[in-house]
Amino acid sequence: MQKIIKIIILFIFLFVIGIFYISLTRDTNYNTSSLINKETPEFKIISFDNSNFYTRDDIKKNNYTLINFWASWCAPCKIEHPILMKLSQKKNLMLLGINFKDKEPQAKTFLSELGNPYDLLAKDKNGKHSVKFGIYGIPESILINKELMIIQKFVGPLSVDDYNNIIKIIE
Amino acid sequence: MKLNLLLLLFIFFSKFSFATEKTVDPNLIHKNLRCLVCQGQSISDSNSDFAQTIKLVVKDLIDEGKTEDEIYEFMSDKYGDWIVFKPQFNTQNSLLWILPYIVLIFGGFLIYSLLKKRQ
Repeated sequence: MQKIIKIIILFIFLFVIGIFYISLTRDTNYNTSSLINKETPEFKIISFDNSNFYTRDDIKKNNYTLINFWASWCAPCKIEHPILMKLSQKKNLMLLGINFKDKEPQAKTFLSELGNPYDLLAKDKNGKHSVKFGIYGIPESILINKELMIIQKFVGPLSVDDYNNIIKIIE
Repeated sequence: MKLNLLLLLFIFFSKFSFATEKTVDPNLIHKNLRCLVCQGQSISDSNSDFAQTIKLVVKDLIDEGKTEDEIYEFMSDKYGDWIVFKPQFNTQNSLLWILPYIVLIFGGFLIYSLLKKRQ
């Protein structure tokens, strides 16, 4: 009987150590892996100039679409802007820019100073649309294919590595 | 007189119908959702931009008639299980839910056998 008790104590000890190990090594940062290979959510977002709405049908027209959430008040958005300008030259890729919780005059100034890389430009005044795409901070970008599947999600400003990665996928 | 009676009946039945409806408490949902951009705060505790947006979306989902569980499911779908403080039961965390019961049964059996042996 004492042998059983010793085994149980050892089991409990190992279990506690195991729980501590898993908890301490677990990555608690927000992870976008749950969105990859999922279908793009239904959306109907107003264009920047209030002239019309964009939906999933606009994405279907292109082989690849990169949805980029940005704002004029977001400093990292300025860092990634040259990469977006380079991506805008790729014929196989459409850029849908979503202006996030921004003021229109400032957003216009931002684009006139740094250039407009977007084929389609929409706005998300209160950020509600961003939740559909699992956005929690900007800039964030989502690469979608013609079948409306999310291929990749980029959290933070696009880097040169991200650019190369996108080019590799679309070409 | 008739009008008063009708009015009373209307109030009674409208109250009754409201009482039978199950209301979803947004504050309860906010408390069970984690603010992803804050340190250990819930959506309810935080005034961050992210928390404000989530509160708006929760309000919209309640207005659409979604239940509390459906709202958690929606949020988990978009941000992963990490956003919910009380995770849903699934294959990945099944051990976490089942293990206390196994330990309880096993412990009970152990105490029973020890007592029996002493007697």
